[in-house]
Amino acid sequence: MKNLHCQLSSLKSDVHFKDQLFSFIVKSLAFLFISLFFSMAVIIFFKAWPAFKEFGFSFFTNSVWDSWKQEFGALALIYGTLLSSLLALLIAVPVSIALALFLNEIAPRWLSVSLGFIVEMLAAIPSIVYGLWGLFILAPFLREHVQPFLSLHFGGLPLFSGPYYGIGMMCAGLILAIMIIPTISSLCKEVFRAVPHANKEAVLSLGTTRWEMFKVAILKGGMSGIIGAIVLGFGRAFGETMAVTMVIGNKVGLSSSLFAPSQTMASVLATQYAEADTRLHLASLTAAGFTLFIVSLLFNSLSILFLWKMKKNIKT
Amino acid sequence: MSFKKGKMKQKTLIEVKALSAWFKKSQALSNINLLIEKNKVTAIIGPSGCGKSTFIRCLNRLHEEVEGAYLKGEVILEGKNIYDLGSDPVLIRRNIGMVFQKPNPFPGMSIYDNVAIGLKLSGIKKRSLLDERVERSLRNAALWKEVKDHLSRSGQSLSGGQQQRLCIARALAVNPSVMLMDEPTSALEPISTAWIEELIQKLKNQVTVVFVTHNMQQAARVSDRIAFFLNGELVEFNKTSWFFTKPKHSKSEDYITGRF
Amino acid sequence: MRDSFYYFFRKTYNKIMLLLIFLLSLLATLPFFYIAYFVFQKGFSAINWDFFTKIPSGPGIAGGGLANGILGSAVMVGMACLAGLPWGVFLGVFLSEYRFHPLSKLLRFVVDLSVSTPSIVIGIFIYSLLVSFFGFSAYAGAMALMLILIPIIGKSAEEILKMVPNHIREAGLALGLPRWKVILQILIPGTVAMLFSGVILSIARIAGETAPLLFTSLGNQFFSKSLNEPTASLPVQIYEFSKSGFPDLEAMAWGGAFLLISFVFFINFSTRLLIFIRKPSYKNEF
Repeated sequence: MKNLHCQLSSLKSDVHFKDQLFSFIVKSLAFLFISLFFSMAVIIFFKAWPAFKEFGFSFFTNSVWDSWKQEFGALALIYGTLLSSLLALLIAVPVSIALALFLNEIAPRWLSVSLGFIVEMLAAIPSIVYGLWGLFILAPFLREHVQPFLSLHFGGLPLFSGPYYGIGMMCAGLILAIMIIPTISSLCKEVFRAVPHANKEAVLSLGTTRWEMFKVAILKGGMSGIIGAIVLGFGRAFGETMAVTMVIGNKVGLSSSLFAPSQTMASVLATQYAEADTRLHLASLTAAGFTLFIVSLLFNSLSILFLWKMKKNIKT
Repeated sequence: MSFKKGKMKQKTLIEVKALSAWFKKSQALSNINLLIEKNKVTAIIGPSGCGKSTFIRCLNRLHEEVEGAYLKGEVILEGKNIYDLGSDPVLIRRNIGMVFQKPNPFPGMSIYDNVAIGLKLSGIKKRSLLDERVERSLRNAALWKEVKDHLSRSGQSLSGGQQQRLCIARALAVNPSVMLMDEPTSALEPISTAWIEELIQKLKNQVTVVFVTHNMQQAARVSDRIAFFLNGELVEFNKTSWFFTKPKHSKSEDYITGRF
Repeated sequence: MRDSFYYFFRKTYNKIMLLLIFLLSLLATLPFFYIAYFVFQKGFSAINWDFFTKIPSGPGIAGGGLANGILGSAVMVGMACLAGLPWGVFLGVFLSEYRFHPLSKLLRFVVDLSVSTPSIVIGIFIYSLLVSFFGFSAYAGAMALMLILIPIIGKSAEEILKMVPNHIREAGLALGLPRWKVILQILIPGTVAMLFSGVILSIARIAGETAPLLFTSLGNQFFSKSLNEPTASLPVQIYEFSKSGFPDLEAMAWGGAFLLISFVFFINFSTRLLIFIRKPSYKNEF
């Protein structure tokens, strides 16, 4: 009898027709989804092409966005998007890290569970509700209590100069911060939880205080995960549409003041896309959407890679 | 290996010829030759990592379900090589029952359904026939008395020992000719272990049992034949009584006397 | 002396930082109460029988409701689930059960990417793909919601299926079940409670989506006569009314927000309870 060399991977071994049919269905649905995703980029680019052709690279360097003159440049939109997202990160990162530390390391179980639940509920609130709240509650609050104070005492700084309306960059940044805190903190929680207990005890046994232990064992050890979480939060803030649209004022412009109204790539789409009446206007909006898509792809890939790297590190 | 071959021939159920197995690049088994006799209990023993589990997983073609795993050689069950090209692992496995280390009733299924699922898939739909076979299997697995009044309860609601007997009943229901057990008592407490050992003794009238254990006393109590594996090789295959009294190999003796 | 001073400094610094962590954590949860309070206070009074049964009556006219938006949302979310639910679950099956397939890493990457793709981009995609040819319709809105739904369900199904320990699969294979039956008859039924929770949590997520509907289903002041027409949805109505400047419409928007948030909270709360009660025993192993 001859020796049969059986080299069978788990997927090839099935001789059953139904098995093959099933795996065919599963695989084609997977393939279809992947191709749908890539066709998204292609189709949007195709629709945006007239704008890129008309304006060339100046689409990204021109800050005028004017449908009367049919002149469209995305610089001010990019500026508004970046500034509002950075503002949100500035507030959300320390809060999220503190929250994750508190829930994982300090709080007793009952408190950790209930606060954790509240944070998850914050994540579940639809963007439109944040917008409504921002428009009718937060913006008036800022206008009446916060901004007069800032204007009076720090009005000399370019950040707090000019008239204030409540709605504007500051309100958008605050709302975004509230919205991305659950994202960043829940990822940070996962990262911190992955730090082995022995590492923490080893640091504590050197005679360090709790905070020093956090700094050395958790924050330094989980750095790549924390960066991943921050980048993901940035991506979230970047593409957030409804809440920002409702509170940012929707006025295209490059202003250094946080009081000024502004416009982001997402909010200009929400306000103008359905009403765009010329081909060039529609194409320019689509081009802004394409830019938004590509930039968010970049940031999200980056954060996914960071998070995958962190997961790999834990496993080994 | 050095049995009186001629006499054994008609009683041989499984013949393993030149079996070697790999995970990716590391070899788990090398050149195993073994005859498993009908209606006998064969125990596979050896230190952990010696390839015992891999060996019995080769007997029902579960080995190849692991990513990167492959093997070479023949396993002849009732005169037919299960690794023949064109033979269907799914059909082969229906003739070979398996019980795992951890009791694993299917999640979300009742006790009844756990036992009946193997029958249902082989096309038995008649309720009365299913009832009868489920009862018989549960009786054979010595579980019937405990569960007959709540067959619709979840399989996972049973205790660990009961769950393992349920898994035995599940495997018995389809009338396999071989029953493979991969350390079936290692997750159980002593009383349940005794139950399972007794059960294995009773089962050998109906099926041929091959079981893996790391417990030498258990092998001595339960088995008729012992195969001793070391580092992926079969060191000794012998009658149980002879293995413990007159081991042929010095390594076996070392293992029995605890020098590992 | 200096040593003990330094130690005192470290201890104080530690206390200050721990206090700061505590305060920031409280600060993070504060908006929840702030938002929930105002949505309840302003929205609850707008809820009445008319709210669910009448269409908007226009500014200045008493009465009216968001019936067309609620119906439109329900219809579009329902249609999105019809295709998106099996598709998403199958993606989860691929990621978990065929995890060594060469495509699976790419798929995981694409799924992760599409979960965090801005939903307005999906709106543009559907606009370019469908609306620019066939016009605004409930179909287009449902398509956009479906594209958001699929990766969310896929990810949750993957995580749930991966919690099933491997020996359960092997027990099925050892019984002579082919792989597709192991998946469809053992793995999925065994995790159905958790899959179900994952699915309705995803539904709660897309029910509040506004951006992708703005230029796919657009909106409608009346009930739509067919799925081929612009269709009202609850979130878009909230948006439209909030910027209308009429107090009665703004009150209606708060009512809509109240309804939306109650729905989302109810689902989140009840699924968590369901998972808590029906936690499968093998969950502890991981």
